[in-house]
Amino acid sequence: MPSRKGTAAASRDPVQGLVADLLVGDKRAAAKLISLIEDDEPEATDALARIHPHTGRAHVVGFTGPPGVGKSSLINRLVRTYSGRGKKIGVVAVDPTSPYTGGAVLGDRIRMADTGMDPGVFIRSMATRGHAGGLALATFDAVRVLDALGMDLVFVETVGAGQSEVEIATRAHTTVVVEMPMTGDAVQTMKAGILEIGDVYVVNKVDLGAADLLVANLKFQLQARDGWTPPVLRTAAVDGRGIEELADALRKHASHLDQTGLRRKRELARARLEILENAQRLLTRRVAEDSQSGRGFDRLAEEVAARRMDPHSAAKRLLKPVRRASK
Amino acid sequence: MPIPKKIRVLIAKPGLDGHDRGAKVVARALRDAGMEVIYTGLRQTPEDIVEAAIQEDVDAIGLSCLSGAHMTLFPEVVKLLKKRKSGNIVVAGGGIIPEEDVPKLKKAGIKVVFGPGTPLRDIVAFFETAGKGA
Repeated sequence: MPSRKGTAAASRDPVQGLVADLLVGDKRAAAKLISLIEDDEPEATDALARIHPHTGRAHVVGFTGPPGVGKSSLINRLVRTYSGRGKKIGVVAVDPTSPYTGGAVLGDRIRMADTGMDPGVFIRSMATRGHAGGLALATFDAVRVLDALGMDLVFVETVGAGQSEVEIATRAHTTVVVEMPMTGDAVQTMKAGILEIGDVYVVNKVDLGAADLLVANLKFQLQARDGWTPPVLRTAAVDGRGIEELADALRKHASHLDQTGLRRKRELARARLEILENAQRLLTRRVAEDSQSGRGFDRLAEEVAARRMDPHSAAKRLLKPVRRASK
Repeated sequence: MPIPKKIRVLIAKPGLDGHDRGAKVVARALRDAGMEVIYTGLRQTPEDIVEAAIQEDVDAIGLSCLSGAHMTLFPEVVKLLKKRKSGNIVVAGGGIIPEEDVPKLKKAGIKVVFGPGTPLRDIVAFFETAGKGA
């Protein structure tokens, strides 16, 4: 998008400066770049293009599971464990945006209060801004920024997910599904969706008791995939029980990805998704811009509402000029 | 389609008091006004607050203090922000703050002080202006 180049000439390309600062580990630059991307500013495309070559080092771990099972608290414990070993950790924590007001209360940072000051840790809260699937549109671009900032690991926390928010598994290298005891019977663990996507399963809050049943039900249900049998671990984030084991499982899965070539496969699958996703975004924007100028779109809506045309044909008609333009 | 920039606000409780009903009410009001509110919980140091504000790239910070330590803690936040090249982040204060302290706080860089009984709409309006200015 070359639109702003002319007007920004006076301020000597701020994006270039921010990216340069990012690459030497400046957290403020990282934060500014994430905002730029989140707000979908015109400079975001340029920023991401500059950042992308400096990524690919960080191991990305996604955490998903119902609200209140302890995802943030587990992450906090893990961050402490890893930073104790001299690792640099980035966290992107997603919470939902109100469908009514567009506002959000982002509260994951409360559970991470004791790690926020660590010089090797960067935590960013993010609202979904209307994106479904448990993540925000900008989540994995923010991960890219933290990767380029030099983080060894980046943890992504989804919104408290229900049964079908599985997008995280298509993006992260390792997906951790967090559950807690007393949330349902054996049939709950047989259902499709979120309980299929984990590389590692965690039953948190074992201090509440009654964890055996859930652990047994999960183990009964899980199958080996790509030569990896997902472990089912017991943790209590409240007192740190099982955290070392979880860190160990993450390390084992990372080396499994490397040894089997699975990492490259996942990276490729993610790249495909991201290209398609961005193409879709551009297309949606172009159609919407077109419709704002009133051309065609309103007329097509009238046609569909009057039952003279169906929505599928109308969509094809709408995209015709786009197709011609791209030839 | 130019989407209006989201206003991001950090609501923080510096110091040792454990009363955050007011902070939560304000957080909720700002959420309902369409802002993204990061709440960091109780017992934060000024260093914690400034670090969070920078990582979250907020437009403004709302500090709530009911313990009487505001004269120490509020100016410290402003000072640290400036030191970290983030003096453009607007700082507002609230809580149980004696009237005679207000001019001193303002002189120390606290943009506004909201005492008990302040209508929520005034607080929302302040952060809306602060967010647009940044």
